[in-house]
Amino acid sequence: MKITVAGETKEVKEGITIAELIELEKVETPEYVTVSVNESFADKNTYATQALKEGDTVEFLYCMGGGAR
Amino acid sequence: MRITITRSDYDKMLAHALKERPNEACGLIAGIDHEDGVREIRHVYLLTNTDASNEHFTLDPQEQLSAVKDMRANGWKPLGNWHSHPESPSRPSEEDKRLAYDSKASYLILSLMEEDNPVLHAFHVEQGVSSTEELEVIDNG
Repeated sequence: MKITVAGETKEVKEGITIAELIELEKVETPEYVTVSVNESFADKNTYATQALKEGDTVEFLYCMGGGAR
Repeated sequence: MRITITRSDYDKMLAHALKERPNEACGLIAGIDHEDGVREIRHVYLLTNTDASNEHFTLDPQEQLSAVKDMRANGWKPLGNWHSHPESPSRPSEEDKRLAYDSKASYLILSLMEEDNPVLHAFHVEQGVSSTEELEVIDNG
């Protein structure tokens, strides 16, 4: 099936989970990445079970923050 | 790595940081990485600091997503982020270094510690170690 990952159309296996896609895309420091699917942020606890569907749009975003001390 | 930012983008960043005081202000930078090693900032995004704090910042994820889509639509690359230090120097704090997950990003810090002398520096952070990157504010042509 085809999905869009970070703006690029990709062919992936049917029912691929978010966790599998993170591994496939070799996302660096995945523990700090937030994933959005069709502009909704996915719950980290469901990455291993949430299957993607044909036509889904996925973005990987680094949680960005810091502090003055 | 040499980074360039236009005077108007610098002014926009500074105005936002002053407006957000006493809290830290933050946002994203986007542009082009040229083959000669120059990192050209083409756009500065002003995002909400969801921590609303003078000591911490977290970029609003929804705004971050919108910014990334805008970058893509304009042919820009995400280059890193920026934030202000309202009361401390322009250098990465321990927390800044700990939360700098992307070794390809540039991290800009704007210090407002001296009322009449804002200071902007850029940093590379890798495995918790920071180094200064050359940053030049260029006048708009």
